[in-house]
Amino acid sequence: MADLSIDMCGIRSPNPFWLASGPPANSGEQVMRAFDAGWGGAVWKTLGEPIVNVSSRLGSIDYAGSRMVGLNNIELITDRPLEVNFKEIYEVKKRYPNHAVIVSLMVESKEDWRDIIMRSEDAGADGLELNFGCPHGMCERGMGSSVGQEPAVLEEITAWAKEFANTPVLIKLTPNVGDILDPGLAAVAGGADGLSLINTIKSLIGVDLDTLAILPSVRAESTNGGYCGPAVKPIALHMVGALARDSRIPIPISGIGGISDWRDAAEFLALGSTSLQVCTAVMHYGYRIVEDMIDGLNNYLDEKGMASVNDLIGKALPGFVEWGELDLNYQVVAKIDADTCIGCQLCYVACLDGAHQCIHTHQGPCAAFHGESDHGMNPRLEVPPPVRHNGNALLAMVPTVDEDECIGCNLCALVCPVPDCITMEERPGAPGRESWNQRVARGLA
Amino acid sequence: MDAGKSSATALADNRLEQQFSDAKPLYTASEAIIEANRCLYCHDAPCITACPTGIDIPAFIRKIATGNIRGSAKTIFRVNMAGASTARVCPVEELCVGACVYNGFNETPIHIGRLQRYAVSAALEAEESSGRRLFTPKPDCGRKVALIGAGPASLVCAAHLALEGVTPIIYERDPLPGGLNTTGIAPYKFQSGDALLEIEWIIGHGVDIRIGVEVGQDVTIEQLLADHDALFIGVGLGGDTALDLPGSDGPGVWGATDLIRRIKNQPGFEIPADVGSALVIGAGNTAIDIARELAMLGLPDVALVYRRTEEEMSGYAHELEGARRYGVKLIEQVRPLEVVRSDGRVVGLKVLDLINNEAVELACDWVVEAVGQQKFDGALAPGVERDGQGRIIVDEATRRSGHPQIYAGGDCINGGQEVVNAAADGREAAFAMLRGWGLEVGLNPGAA
Repeated sequence: MADLSIDMCGIRSPNPFWLASGPPANSGEQVMRAFDAGWGGAVWKTLGEPIVNVSSRLGSIDYAGSRMVGLNNIELITDRPLEVNFKEIYEVKKRYPNHAVIVSLMVESKEDWRDIIMRSEDAGADGLELNFGCPHGMCERGMGSSVGQEPAVLEEITAWAKEFANTPVLIKLTPNVGDILDPGLAAVAGGADGLSLINTIKSLIGVDLDTLAILPSVRAESTNGGYCGPAVKPIALHMVGALARDSRIPIPISGIGGISDWRDAAEFLALGSTSLQVCTAVMHYGYRIVEDMIDGLNNYLDEKGMASVNDLIGKALPGFVEWGELDLNYQVVAKIDADTCIGCQLCYVACLDGAHQCIHTHQGPCAAFHGESDHGMNPRLEVPPPVRHNGNALLAMVPTVDEDECIGCNLCALVCPVPDCITMEERPGAPGRESWNQRVARGLA
Repeated sequence: MDAGKSSATALADNRLEQQFSDAKPLYTASEAIIEANRCLYCHDAPCITACPTGIDIPAFIRKIATGNIRGSAKTIFRVNMAGASTARVCPVEELCVGACVYNGFNETPIHIGRLQRYAVSAALEAEESSGRRLFTPKPDCGRKVALIGAGPASLVCAAHLALEGVTPIIYERDPLPGGLNTTGIAPYKFQSGDALLEIEWIIGHGVDIRIGVEVGQDVTIEQLLADHDALFIGVGLGGDTALDLPGSDGPGVWGATDLIRRIKNQPGFEIPADVGSALVIGAGNTAIDIARELAMLGLPDVALVYRRTEEEMSGYAHELEGARRYGVKLIEQVRPLEVVRSDGRVVGLKVLDLINNEAVELACDWVVEAVGQQKFDGALAPGVERDGQGRIIVDEATRRSGHPQIYAGGDCINGGQEVVNAAADGREAAFAMLRGWGLEVGLNPGAA
């Protein structure tokens, strides 16, 4: 069994799985149940001046039968009195001294920051997370993402917090920026000990077509919310990776954004996260999901021969380069396995209409004229017949790839419903490596 | 565990059961993932409640979906070391699958048995290829337990004991271990080769099996008690109950479990070419099983003969439906009177038509009696008692008999239920013993 314990800028946790600041980390009772279920830490739902929430706060999108692929919320920070929150934080830390309790904070003035930081630390917080991310509600009052979008302000408030704090200060970043490096560098300049990202993405989740009310509907009105859940993972992975690979960002990262299982977690770790925060998946299925996250990550690390979760952190980063560094001489070509092909021809139509017309079927002549172009609807004469017929109607549906024409875009493999039926194989005999940047340097571009 | 692999207790190859193919074949990885992703991952899931061993079904299915196959299999084995066989022999339609919330949603319920088979099979294959054991038994704690009968109850009990460092020694009088898993499961569900592979896997955790030893004859219960810290009785039931109808002595009349065992285990056993019809007396699941097996083996005319009506049958409706797909008929409300023979050969079964109250002769070449099995009546130690139906009386929670050292489980305490009930008995008895000795209960975390 691998060692899953982490130390993120001095915040120790028995495993890298933390509840993200949000409804699952709203109260002491919840956080304690989460710790009992296996969570290693929790970022307490953001504390600040008392607010009032609206009713009807969440909206989601379903995709192809899957519920809540993306979730959007217009809920604000804690709506419970500060003293109650601090009392519960104290209680949790007393009962769970080895788990990480990080308190998320969002206030305005320097005095308010000093006051709330001191009270959080007095309550026993292991660390602080400054919420510069929320893209709804609080930003209209000059907080949340309105700070995260202004590097100078972000840096200044970070410096205030560092002035008052005795525990590590994490800065939670908003993805609603042009370049995530700007707020990331500002946080480093302000003295932050770590970064947390991504917060939610500014969003409208949808419109009720019967009433034309925007969702979630608050007496027929709505406002933009923050978008999260499995659908945002690629955006989060990019931003985490972009910061982690930059040498000017020497501080650890807490990865957030659509983490639902141990595989997502492993990807965030490989792209440079030290801890992992989860909210939407817990809102969907409960704290119990952490059992498989721990078990699955453990089994994965064992299989990879990694003794500690720390061995995985950043392991994928060397492969994250600029486009101009990619090898232009690398060529892959699609191969269809006739034995596993079920004849749906989704690859054919995707290639025909959505890519480069390099896949052909064998059900009579093609429907469209392809002119004199070398990419065409009709199979060129050299295209070999289907691999297997055997008089089997299904096998006769197996399309053929014109390998000379295939540009290796991956689309057919992506749409194929059968795992590993279409594989992208490297074209043999490719010449040595050459990138765009190298071509430019040689004066060829 | 695939059929046909080498087994310490080798089976002969020319067995009739090998002609059967799987009614529910092993999922491929992609089939399993698609099915696993259909699971709603219910809270307080009714499928768990319906499982006699209480497997955390949504958890193991989610682990299939996330690609954590090793974790998935361990979730199953943690509470049911017979996870490989129960995945295939459980009447899931009556248990977990029947309880799936999708049944109330006009949606096909999750194929839990097939997913369990996939998880266990893939994990055991990985265990073999990687050499990374799923479970590592704790060091020998010095305790020994004797188990009588090598059926599922004893095997599961022994497995849980072995993992905690107790030495289990199983005594089996038959040449093949496994009890009904090896001799009695319908071959389109589970074949004896696979049953033996599961046993090999269990034995691999430090279980000793002594084949061909009959307790009471070769060794006494008193000796076993003196030499071991505890005793587990998992002897199952006895042979087929005979109706003793006039004309039943002689060839062409079979006991159902005897005939099933021959189909499954007896090398070279064949159904003679001149046998084209069979009447099966009874309407329990064993009756339905043998009727379907005979029909699948090519008998054109197979029927169940039953005193009461279809609604009153003890056999499961889904099993009868399955048998009917192969042409098995049900003759209701008739009482068998006599096996009719001509020149010694069975030619029919005389029955009393209970509606018209008249005797009728039904033509057939074979008669199979499937009216239950005899109770175990072997020697018992003082303090171990049976109820009026011959079942050994045990404490419901611990499966301990009136004798403080003796536990029992499986068909010999319940009169004949499912393999999964026997597995639950075996586990609970093991846990009760371990608790009594102050040892840890459940699979050791070090093996996780």
